[in-house]
Amino acid sequence: MKILVCISHVPDTTSKINFTDGDTKFDTNGVQFVINPNDEFGLTRAMWFKEKQGASVDVVNVGGPETEPTLRKALAIGADAAIRVNTEATDGFAVAKQLAKVVNDGAYDLVIAGRESIDYNGGMVPGMLASLIEANFVANCIGLEIEGTRAKVVREIDGGKETVSTSLPLVIGGQKGLVEESDLRIPNMRGIMMARKKPLNVIEPLDPSAETNATSFEKPAPKGAVKLVDADNVDELVSLLHNEAKVI
Amino acid sequence: MSVIVYTESEKGKFKKAAFEVVSYAKAVADQMGTSVTAVTINAENVESLGNYGASKVLSVNNANLDTFNAKQYASVIEQATKQDGGNVVIVSSSADSKYLAPLLAVGLEAGYVPNVVEAPSSVSPFTVKRTAFTNKAFANTEISTDVKLVGLSNNSFGLVESGGSTSVEEFTPSIPDSGVSVESVDKATDKVSIADAEIVVSGGRGLKGPENWALVEDLAEVLGAATACSKPVSDLGWRSHSEHVGQTGKPVASNLYIAIGISGAIQHLAGINSSKVKVVINTDPEAPFFKAADYGIVGDAFEVIPKLTEKLKAFKAQNA
Ligand SMILES: Cc1cc2nc3c(=O)[nH]c(=O)nc-3n(C[C@H](O)[C@H](O)[C@H](O)COP(=O)(O)OP(=O)(O)OC[C@H]3O[C@@H](n4cnc5c(N)ncnc54)[C@H](O)[C@@H]3O)c2cc1C
Repeated sequence: MKILVCISHVPDTTSKINFTDGDTKFDTNGVQFVINPNDEFGLTRAMWFKEKQGASVDVVNVGGPETEPTLRKALAIGADAAIRVNTEATDGFAVAKQLAKVVNDGAYDLVIAGRESIDYNGGMVPGMLASLIEANFVANCIGLEIEGTRAKVVREIDGGKETVSTSLPLVIGGQKGLVEESDLRIPNMRGIMMARKKPLNVIEPLDPSAETNATSFEKPAPKGAVKLVDADNVDELVSLLHNEAKVI
Repeated sequence: MSVIVYTESEKGKFKKAAFEVVSYAKAVADQMGTSVTAVTINAENVESLGNYGASKVLSVNNANLDTFNAKQYASVIEQATKQDGGNVVIVSSSADSKYLAPLLAVGLEAGYVPNVVEAPSSVSPFTVKRTAFTNKAFANTEISTDVKLVGLSNNSFGLVESGGSTSVEEFTPSIPDSGVSVESVDKATDKVSIADAEIVVSGGRGLKGPENWALVEDLAEVLGAATACSKPVSDLGWRSHSEHVGQTGKPVASNLYIAIGISGAIQHLAGINSSKVKVVINTDPEAPFFKAADYGIVGDAFEVIPKLTEKLKAFKAQNA
């Protein structure tokens, strides 16, 4: 089985979000970038398929040279090879088109992407990719088993979960649950050394046309101060929620 | 030309988000000088959509569509859009709508913007405001394709009754192979889901252990609220992963979010920030949550919450 794991390169969750150029660009100054958390759960699940079922695991990112340390980290965790499509990831549709070419050229059976990336939270790349390559698709995956060409997938739904069966070729949007937090791997020295020797292939993009374009950014208006209610006077909270906030 | 809106139902009944997306579609249609066509799948009482501004309903009734399937549902909406000449398509932010929207976008060759929070600031160029960086910012985003797909953030626009009537047409699309089939569903039917809830009561590590969750559940019951938790609580196995909210869990956009024993870490706040009113109960007055909350009580949850639950019971009984 050939697995491709899509790796999004995103600001660390603790990052302060600021914009430059008249609020038209994300300010990467002082921002640490990491593997998108949802993708890390998927990558770790892919390592399981590699170790237990002999799968090969490649990772891919659509982005500029600045994303290579993130791909190297994925290699250090255990992926066999990395691919970087050398273009700025502008919108989800454009990224999905680039990835579709990578999947078709590499004849992958299973593509593991994240439920969403934590920067733009679009959650659209995996579904669009599946549709473009005419593979099956399951979103919000919290469990994945493969036997031969059959797949059993658990999907989180509003208020619960459902188990579905489908077949390869398959694209999933994964999240925590594919593996547990405690299963995540921190690359060790040996992994980091080996990652330096593994292939990281840079390929040139297709015509990168975008369908959507973020023209400017804004930050939420600053919040007013909290109204404190005395712990011995919860009646007051009930009345504030009813009369002032009007939410009960 | 028309604005197409997909109105979700469950067991025939419209979800609340269905009325919200129609209200939103009506606002978009007014801006564009056109009308709203709603697409329903195995829904009853479809005339009720007229009240929120749908002037036409394409009503699909097909037993093969009783269980949700993203590919089949996306195909139905795609066919309806093409038949009606729709040039803007609106869907909600439910798990199912977010599942089908990317497939629909490819089918319609539509630029897709999810997590939209307001009516378009302009329809030419078509520009909408969406959340980005998990609610830490907004991005004003232009869609340049002929057909545009908008995913509306739940609870961001509200319901607007315009009191109109609607004409209903049966619509019989072709149904593609499913590709994915549901084997079993595990869903608590007696509980409100976080996505649908107007009020969410959430517990953190401050509650010390799973045996203390009756506090959260009792309060949630009085309020008709969904229950949620912080990430460590689900990592520790105190509560199921499906209750984990925040940047790496579920987003919350309720009217009221009550945080009990939650410190208010940046990743937690990012996910719940779109809730309209936030209340925190925490022993530590320095907890960062107090900076993000509208109302707060500095106090011990084990004392405050039972009292609050009692008071709310009395309040509900009086106002019933
Ligand atoms: C990559 C990454 C992603 C993350 N994603 C998320 C996410 O999606 N969601 C999330 O929630 N977290 C997330 N986190 C974790 C986050 O950083 C915090 O660790 C977490 O939110 C803390 O949970 P907590 O508030 O329940 O626990 P704590 O931070 O331990 O806070 C417990 C609080 O309870 C209070 N308390 C104690 N006793 C009482 C009492 N008797 N009554 C009232 N209050 C009491 C304490 O004063 C304290 O403020 C993420 C972290 C990382 C690194």
